Amino acid sequence: MHDARAGFTRNAMRVIVVAYLFMLIAWPLWLVAKNTFADGFSNLGDLLSDPDITHALRLTVKVAVISVIINTVFGVGISILLVRYNFRGKALLNALLDIPLSVSPVVVGLALILVYGGRNGWAGPTLEDAGFKVIFATPGIVLATVFVSLPLMIREVVPVLEEIGFEQEQAAFSLGANALQTFRRITLPSIKWAVVYGVVLSLARSLGEFGAVKIVSGNVLGKTRTATLVVEEKYLNFDKGGAYATAFLLALVSVACIVVVSIIRPGESNR
Amino acid sequence: MLWFSILVLIPLVAVVAASTDGGWTRFWSSITNDQTAAAIRLTVTAAAVVTVVNIVMGTLIAWVLVRDRFVGKRILEVLIDVPFALPTIVAGLVLLSLYGPDSPVGIDVANKRPAVFLAFLFVTLPFVVRTVQPVLSELDRDAEEAAASLGASRLTTFRRIILPALTPAIAAGAALSFARAVSEYGSLVLLSGNLPLKTEVTSVRILSSIENDNRTGAAAVATVLLAISFVTIVAFNVMQKLAARRA
Repeated sequence: MHDARAGFTRNAMRVIVVAYLFMLIAWPLWLVAKNTFADGFSNLGDLLSDPDITHALRLTVKVAVISVIINTVFGVGISILLVRYNFRGKALLNALLDIPLSVSPVVVGLALILVYGGRNGWAGPTLEDAGFKVIFATPGIVLATVFVSLPLMIREVVPVLEEIGFEQEQAAFSLGANALQTFRRITLPSIKWAVVYGVVLSLARSLGEFGAVKIVSGNVLGKTRTATLVVEEKYLNFDKGGAYATAFLLALVSVACIVVVSIIRPGESNR
Repeated sequence: MLWFSILVLIPLVAVVAASTDGGWTRFWSSITNDQTAAAIRLTVTAAAVVTVVNIVMGTLIAWVLVRDRFVGKRILEVLIDVPFALPTIVAGLVLLSLYGPDSPVGIDVANKRPAVFLAFLFVTLPFVVRTVQPVLSELDRDAEEAAASLGASRLTTFRRIILPALTPAIAAGAALSFARAVSEYGSLVLLSGNLPLKTEVTSVRILSSIENDNRTGAAAVATVLLAISFVTIVAFNVMQKLAARRA
């Protein structure tokens, strides 16, 4: 009797969870794919033959790749700094690092404009005189993207660094290895998977940034318009087919990123 | 550290500085005028309601993922991360396809208040699940079995043994999901219609101020948002330390 009731509760919970996720995520996601291919491949075909759109897609990929590289270098650097060294303000830095995750993208955009804006930002006019345009140009988009995806790499690498400890690194040092050798031979191999995971997450986030990019890019067709901005533009101009097709491409990449991560993850825990 | 300052700190300081450009009275009037106050109220209320839903549903989902076994569980795992990786504008479009004007189930929330809740629910789904899941799977089952063998009902066991152990993790997830909801922008652009006083949220309000070249006003509202997210993040860090101590 007791068992029967326990089984009932379990099944009920299972059904509730599956239904909730189905209604909230799976079904809507499926509909986007369905709407994209409602007229066969014509939506995707039209999209990919429009030079402005292919430019936007190329720009998105370019920005994402640059941002991921910057975030990987600085993310690993900051992580090592946080775990291996003690300095004043470390706790504060640690707390501040989470800010980009919770700050509204709109606020990020506004903040960047206030500092790097060409007309009356704090540093913008100086940079512009030096021939370096940040806002309403590609560097601004990169800055915004790096900002929003900054913590992802650090949050992956820090726990692993903490776990492995630094006895091996000390051993390498005492055997005469220099800092670079130690990093390359000891530290890097052990954080390898955390870095890969961080790269995939940052990539997904970078390709999909919308709010911050919308503000700093100026959204100029064929110049600074990115893929996410295309989705909005197409939808508002009643080109639903185009909007769905672009959204489908973006969704495809992000779902692929999650699948890659979910395949890596178990392998990592068996290590 | 320098990199972090250039990228994150200085711009954020600039926002706070710009918000006081017109003096305190201007700051106060830009955040208390009808439209902005309505936007802030809607954002905070919706985020709070959604956080409560997430606490219940997130814990339930984490429970099913950890304790239950069935075919297709792997797919659910992937589905839960979808809102995290999906571009927010795409999330808006995705929701619009099921709950918009062309809805196959006849539910149309586009340009209505429920759209805001729906969008928040979607984007904040992973947080509670992902913070509770690891704690739940590390949880020692001896205490539960002992409680059950002493005659405690399943509900009592859950309430007295499991829930206290999960509370810090749930709270941490709730803080994250609240912070995320308050700052959400992209998914609402297409879905909520951004009608002033009705479905306009704080982020959208800031954006329209920027577009009207009212940077001081935008910065003032942004400062309020920053304050909310900062408090939430501090709360989150405290919870996480508590959770770490429990685990």
